[in-house]
Amino acid sequence: MVELRLPRNSTVGTGKTFPAPAGAKNVKSFKIYRWSPDDGKNPVIDTYELDLDTFGPMVLDAIIHIKNEVDPTLTFRRSCREGICGSCAMNIDGENTLACLKPIKDIKGDVRIYPLPHMPIVKDLVSNLDGAYAQLRSIQPWMQADSAPPPDGERRQSIEERSKLDGMWECILCFCCTTSCPSYWWNGDKYLGPAVLLAAYRWIADSRDENTGHRLDALDDTFKLYACRTIMNCTQTCPKGLNPAKAIGRIKELQLERKL
Amino acid sequence: MNTSTPHIEVMRSQLGRARGLGAGQSGTAHWWAERASAASLLPLSTWFVVQMFRLGGADHAEVARWGAKPCNATMLAAVIITTFYHAQVGLQVIVDDYVHGKAHLPARLAVKIVTSLLGLLGVFAVIKLVAGGSSSK
Repeated sequence: MVELRLPRNSTVGTGKTFPAPAGAKNVKSFKIYRWSPDDGKNPVIDTYELDLDTFGPMVLDAIIHIKNEVDPTLTFRRSCREGICGSCAMNIDGENTLACLKPIKDIKGDVRIYPLPHMPIVKDLVSNLDGAYAQLRSIQPWMQADSAPPPDGERRQSIEERSKLDGMWECILCFCCTTSCPSYWWNGDKYLGPAVLLAAYRWIADSRDENTGHRLDALDDTFKLYACRTIMNCTQTCPKGLNPAKAIGRIKELQLERKL
Repeated sequence: MNTSTPHIEVMRSQLGRARGLGAGQSGTAHWWAERASAASLLPLSTWFVVQMFRLGGADHAEVARWGAKPCNATMLAAVIITTFYHAQVGLQVIVDDYVHGKAHLPARLAVKIVTSLLGLLGVFAVIKLVAGGSSSK
């Protein structure tokens, strides 16, 4: 039934405080979720007081600074530091976003950093996205065509056909949207979630793909597609400024078009 | 096989779990029913509210005469059927969101039965109005 409170072993406690270095002038507190699978303890919030003058402007710069200079045990994913790999997706100041694209100065008060919501935690800010990756694979995100490609080159698209993929090919699969969706929190085992549905529509809308009907068949389900309640958290949170809710709406329109 | 000792209960692959039982092929019909009934309720409810204001202060016999007229009875039945049908498909969504595990199927059944019975009750009340209206003349 409905779960109204966290399980006892998920209740978050207060952790350690790492004070700012002596003489620091531009101090801001970073409150970061910590949990380790190894010690059998509940998660805690550690507080790091940092001198903003000693590192770059983004939240990712701050947590890299913590790992390098303050507390090497802090665990998080990062790679490209420019919003193209999707690794550093986390919940910052109450909103899922990429740490590398989130300026610290945009956050009033303490900077609260949690892992992506409602996913199993591997450690600290690293959430386990295996289920979401498998859901992505389940919609077969690759081109399917029975016609052979032209012998002399690639399959071609008109400018108009290609433009239908704009707003979808840019998705970097950080899963900020999927993990911000209450419907995914409630039924993440059955609902595919906005990121995967955006990917599904990217192939449904691709003029070169010849399996559109099968793709729509595979989504015609009260949960897989229709558990979307148009809450719109996905569109609001997308750090790339994309609109998964619109893609989901387009899939629903196409489902209706072939039924009515 | 001893299942009482602590062990990992689900070893099925993530892809197997994601594919699950496949798509049920009924999502679109349900989604459309929700939208279509909601859109129908806009004019129907407006009609109903307006009529209720017009009947404000009327006595029982007057309301019964009003309800016995074929047009009014048809509209009343349409309001009642559409309302409870919409409630049924809408409550199903709430049950799907919040009720998990073994309670899911009974909850879905309960929604269907209760909304259907309430709708039927309303329709029979309208029939009674019509029958009563014609016999009293």
